[in-house]
Amino acid sequence: MSFNNLDTLYRQVIMDHYKNPRNRGSLDDESVTIDMNNPTCGDRIELHLQVEDGVVQDAKFEGEGCSISMSSASMMTQAVKGKDVEQALKMSSMFSDMMLGNEIDNEDIDLGDIEALQGVSKFPARIKCATLAWKAMEKGVASDEEQS
Amino acid sequence: MDIQAIREQFPILDQEVNGHPLVYLDSAATSQKPLPVIEALESYYRQNNSNVHRGVHTLGSRATDQYEGARERVKDFIGARSTEEVIFTRGTTTAINTVAYGYARHVLQEGDEIVVTEMEHHSNLIPWQQAAKYTGATLKYVPMEEDGTITLESFRSTITNATKIVAVTHVSNVLGTVNPIKEIAAIAHEHDALIVVDGAQSVPHMKVDVANLDCDFYAFSGHKMCGPTGIGVLYGKKEWLEKMEPVEFGGEMIDFVGLYESTWKDLPWKFEGGTPIIAGAIGLHAAIDFLEEIGMDQIEAHERDLAAYAQTKLKEIDGLTIYGPKQRSGLVTFNIDGVHPHDTATVLDAEGTAVRAGHHCAQPLMKWLDTAATARASFYLYNTKEDIDRLAEGLNRAKEYFGDVF
Repeated sequence: MSFNNLDTLYRQVIMDHYKNPRNRGSLDDESVTIDMNNPTCGDRIELHLQVEDGVVQDAKFEGEGCSISMSSASMMTQAVKGKDVEQALKMSSMFSDMMLGNEIDNEDIDLGDIEALQGVSKFPARIKCATLAWKAMEKGVASDEEQS
Repeated sequence: MDIQAIREQFPILDQEVNGHPLVYLDSAATSQKPLPVIEALESYYRQNNSNVHRGVHTLGSRATDQYEGARERVKDFIGARSTEEVIFTRGTTTAINTVAYGYARHVLQEGDEIVVTEMEHHSNLIPWQQAAKYTGATLKYVPMEEDGTITLESFRSTITNATKIVAVTHVSNVLGTVNPIKEIAAIAHEHDALIVVDGAQSVPHMKVDVANLDCDFYAFSGHKMCGPTGIGVLYGKKEWLEKMEPVEFGGEMIDFVGLYESTWKDLPWKFEGGTPIIAGAIGLHAAIDFLEEIGMDQIEAHERDLAAYAQTKLKEIDGLTIYGPKQRSGLVTFNIDGVHPHDTATVLDAEGTAVRAGHHCAQPLMKWLDTAATARASFYLYNTKEDIDRLAEGLNRAKEYFGDVF
């Protein structure tokens, strides 16, 4: 593998999200907070979701980890904001498919920047980094439904 | 030491990874296996495979002889007084848990103390956390110096007459710190406490004599010392092992079985319930023969050379932090400023260089170092200075690569 292959992993847009994360921070007490970590490597995310009337009104995250985990969190928050819960979960399952290297059917939903993470599927050891934020989102949405 | 001749004994090293010759710098996680070990496993399965300690047939005798021969070999290798003191386990974790379940949980009471350090691998920490919770004993940490060493004075001021167990690693898997076990054992014994030593990172790399160190329990793994996975050793002083309860009950460990009561075999078998790790023990025997033929002192000296060389080479890289003391075992743990260790390891892997990135099963130590994760290059008898040159080149490229994209 050469550095060209590395470029399929570390795309410019990923590095941009890593360097300049969107939606970094926390939300007030009204929001749902989910702490998740990747126990094998130490990546950690604290995700705040504000879900009202079945719509993700706001999403912010704190945490620490590698470029893949943090850029994925940044992109995820950007993507799910304003989406209804069903759409957010659909995106999450599309993302899982993408990580498995499967063709994704994205007629209805535009993944935008997130598609830059496609290259991660070729680096099996890094897939868990990319999916951490999405797992947290799924858990947050589920716990919000339980509350309401 | 003829490193090229040694390398030829390790077929796995002779391959390309991602288009580059493999540089394996993750032996602290697990070591590679030399031909004599691979062949010992193969020959056992091809010719002698059978269950041990039962039946009267010839294969059963051969397997039993080989299994017990391995115990004899381990006894000599670590300087135990008798084979009764050598218990085969699945690895270091199981060995330490055997002490925690078979001894600590039976004797500890509220008000007793277990003394540990912040540099422990989770395998020598969580069993004690759990034992403390179960018994009401208190878990106490010996304070560490800034360079990642612990002074004897700190042990002296932490261990008290209430201390019943001191659990400490011989060599830190992250910092490379070598703890003065003999002196720590003496302090523990002044207070009638027992010392349990995690030897996972010491036995593969240096001469260890458990009787001379005067430790009560000493645990290590076969797979980090050229042996197979799934085999490890718990050494324990006979007087403690005799008082201990077995932790696994069933076949192989019993003497007389009645409908409502049973009695246990003698040491060491009372701790080896079920069909034992026969092939693993035989592989470990071959690994010890292999290491001793080269010489543990030679291996230790070679690794210290490599560690010193690595420190020099890595210090030349701007913005690279090395963790741990100057005097260390054969590993170096580091971070490049602004580059997460996962990313560093991925760039190195693209060049065929294998290092570990993460918390190294030492989360409290990561907290102490004030970092979430680190990268670690660890050396063994088959590594060369050229391997370290390749590491340094790779690290420079990782810096460039992430410097460019930022």
